Amino acid sequence: MTDFFKLHFFIPLGIVLALIIIPYVGYMANQQLVLAVVIPYLAVLIFLEGLIYRVIKWARSPVPFRIPTTCAQNRSLPWIKKSIGEKLDNPETTLQVIGRMALEVLFFRSLFRNLTTKLRRPADHPEDAKLYYWSYKWLWLGAIAFHYTFLIVLLRHLRFFTETTPGFVQTIEHVDGWFQIFQPTVYLTGIILLAALTYLLLRRVYNPNMRYISLASDYFPLFLIMAIGTTGILMRYFFKVDITAVKQLALGLVTFKPTVPAGIGVIFYIHLFLVSVLFMYFPFSKLLHMAGVFLSPTRNLANNNRWVRHINPWNYPVKFHPYIEHENKYRQAMKEVGLPVEKE
Amino acid sequence: MAKIPTPEELSNISFQPPAKGWMDTKPEFKEGCYCNAASPKWLEWLDYPYPRNWSVRDEDWKLPANWKEILLEGFDERLGRFRTLKLFMDICVRCGACADKCQFFIGSGDPKNMPVLRAELMRSIYRRYFTTAGKVLGKLAGARPLTEDVIKEWYYYLYQCSECRRCSVFCPYGIDMADLTILGRELLSSIGLNIEWTMASVGSCYETVGHIGATPQAYKDMIDFFAEENERVTGVYTNVTYNRKGAEILFIVPSGDYFADPGTFNYMGYLLLFEYLGLDYTISTYAAEGGNFGYFMSHEMGKRLNAKFYEEAKRLGVKWILGGECGHMWRVCNQYMSTWNGPADFLEEPVSPITGTKFENAKNHKMVHISEFTADLIKHGKLKLDPSRNAHIKLTYHDSCNPSRAMGLFEEPRYIIRNVVPEGNFIEMPSNTIREKTFCCGSGSGFNGDEYLEMRFRGGFPRANAVRYVRDKYGVNHLACICAIDRAVFPPLLDYWVPGMDVIGVSEMVGNALVFPNEIERTTDLRDRPLVGCEEAEEEEGGEIE
Repeated sequence: MTDFFKLHFFIPLGIVLALIIIPYVGYMANQQLVLAVVIPYLAVLIFLEGLIYRVIKWARSPVPFRIPTTCAQNRSLPWIKKSIGEKLDNPETTLQVIGRMALEVLFFRSLFRNLTTKLRRPADHPEDAKLYYWSYKWLWLGAIAFHYTFLIVLLRHLRFFTETTPGFVQTIEHVDGWFQIFQPTVYLTGIILLAALTYLLLRRVYNPNMRYISLASDYFPLFLIMAIGTTGILMRYFFKVDITAVKQLALGLVTFKPTVPAGIGVIFYIHLFLVSVLFMYFPFSKLLHMAGVFLSPTRNLANNNRWVRHINPWNYPVKFHPYIEHENKYRQAMKEVGLPVEKE
Repeated sequence: MAKIPTPEELSNISFQPPAKGWMDTKPEFKEGCYCNAASPKWLEWLDYPYPRNWSVRDEDWKLPANWKEILLEGFDERLGRFRTLKLFMDICVRCGACADKCQFFIGSGDPKNMPVLRAELMRSIYRRYFTTAGKVLGKLAGARPLTEDVIKEWYYYLYQCSECRRCSVFCPYGIDMADLTILGRELLSSIGLNIEWTMASVGSCYETVGHIGATPQAYKDMIDFFAEENERVTGVYTNVTYNRKGAEILFIVPSGDYFADPGTFNYMGYLLLFEYLGLDYTISTYAAEGGNFGYFMSHEMGKRLNAKFYEEAKRLGVKWILGGECGHMWRVCNQYMSTWNGPADFLEEPVSPITGTKFENAKNHKMVHISEFTADLIKHGKLKLDPSRNAHIKLTYHDSCNPSRAMGLFEEPRYIIRNVVPEGNFIEMPSNTIREKTFCCGSGSGFNGDEYLEMRFRGGFPRANAVRYVRDKYGVNHLACICAIDRAVFPPLLDYWVPGMDVIGVSEMVGNALVFPNEIERTTDLRDRPLVGCEEAEEEEGGEIE
């Protein structure tokens, strides 16, 4: 265990544990109003402002060159036909760019290409070292599982923020809870979410190169979201809280008439506090890749430089070697070998 | 020159990272694995800052007194100018998908060659000086202070990235290490750190005819020699005009195609094709270098060299530009040229004078790739080709990084190849090593220097390994490509890993296959190797001379 790993693994772990204790202490000190109203409002405010601030900050830097990564055939001679897949991997039009981005954002297209590389060097024939490449979808699967279950869990929570539960939320709940052998209904997404997070954490810890590159900012969100998921599951299945009171609180928050109903268990306050921390942390962390992916110039531009000129707003004149200096330097020799010149 | 380990030793690669954290591990400048420092004369030639004699192995790199200020100001300025830089500094989640995609990591096992960590070398500085978290939390936030050791590390690893963009294909956010490498190298340049091979090439390209520093008369001599060689082999003298005003087309190729084998044979192929067509074209002694070595140093230097293209096209009054087979030249021509030095409104939308095909895909930058041009001719039945003249060539095709991942030129060269070699002679390498997933030759972006051979062989290992696969399985004996750096660096690389392979340009095979009405009986290819069925005749002839 390197010092580097200890620093970047245990400190975020300690911080997340501390973040669990803080609301517990607050609850004991009867600070429900702060925990349930002040901090959540603050968190949402920071989240929104931070997000806007960061996106504007990125957007303020121009895109001087159109540099899409081309992952398929470019527009060429009319008889070189491109499949839809090729159009999306090397887009020529805005529509195709939207398609490429949709694939990237909704299905993690690039990650889906993932390969693993192995070097095999037989002990008795070391000169016969061979590289092998396999399609490696586990990372893609883990990422998809995490992001989509997280989204579904988030959407399921809408039931708390609306007077009557919207139809699509009910549908989600219905599908999510098809596995109805327990009471209350077990939502699969919650379990998959934690499983995916565990996979993402374990690969960081067990793969030596992943461990080598991982920073506190990689472990912290994993620990934090795991804590959020765990407290949520504990609250739903084990340490039940008064759902009606929670809904009353949530509705109060979204209608800007906050009230703190009595009798909600401490586990709820811990859960809410961790979520608030996630919201506040979001705009200042790598989690901002959610917004950043939309701005990535290697993905969100059409590869149309050859027929549409891209303008660099700060393009400036540079010193170059003009033809006449070339001729001045070599005129005599050029004339001798019969190369045409401008000035005799 | 350093002794190169044997292939057996070199392929003994450990993927186990060092016991100490990466911030505490200094690079070891091992002979054969770093690029030499640029000598001051090139910097003076190009008005580059801080020309001085220094050596990579020295403890003191003689940086300017205020190097830190210069570098951080430069960083700040680039954050404001390049959304890529700002974004790629912020959004990496270190998922590691890029790690084993880099041929330099695969070939060296050095974790700092994982694109993610190579980028972290820069991100750690970004965090320390441009983010609040980094300023306050330091190491915990992945930040570290800028020291001379950091600079040495940048120099070492930013010159172990060949700007091939393979990692960018796999990155879920499209983070482009090539872009970061270019910007990082710009910052190194700003404090007087440049590599000799690139700097010498740039200096030569800037003021002379090409990267080897040829004069116009020597250049003309070389091309005239190809014309004579063509006549000797085929009976057809290939007329060339130089700097001719009023020609329809300006033809620009990388200098690699006229100064060393096997590129020279490719040049002979170009000339034969144009002679066959009676094409109204000219070549220039001024815009004589297609390759843009400036792009390996900085965006600005790339622009300064590229300016010659449109300048010369304008002076000569041509209608459009035809470009030869070159890798990064085409990245520059596709993604930068018209932005830098356009609009090329003095040129016309390219039209093939032979087939009448409008190259609508090139109507902005007014430049056509020789493979597009040739594929169009073949499709229209304008070339009489005899593939049996390439029957001795059993080949696989290497997609060069830049035409693949910065343009998307995949089908045209393949179409040509299928038409100029007998059926069954073209074998693809495994699908995970070609097209957009192609591996770099290991020597792109300025790594041609001989002092760097070990690292070149390491970086070229995955490509060579795939070549070996098709050699062993199908008896492939040639590697075809459309890149001049490939043609320059593959021969030593393949000699090392896959002996017995020849490297060949696509246009050379076109030249072999072209049937002229007035040609002599062809018994050899452009390299004087006997054609299939002519081996005996060759021997007899040889006997007579003896």
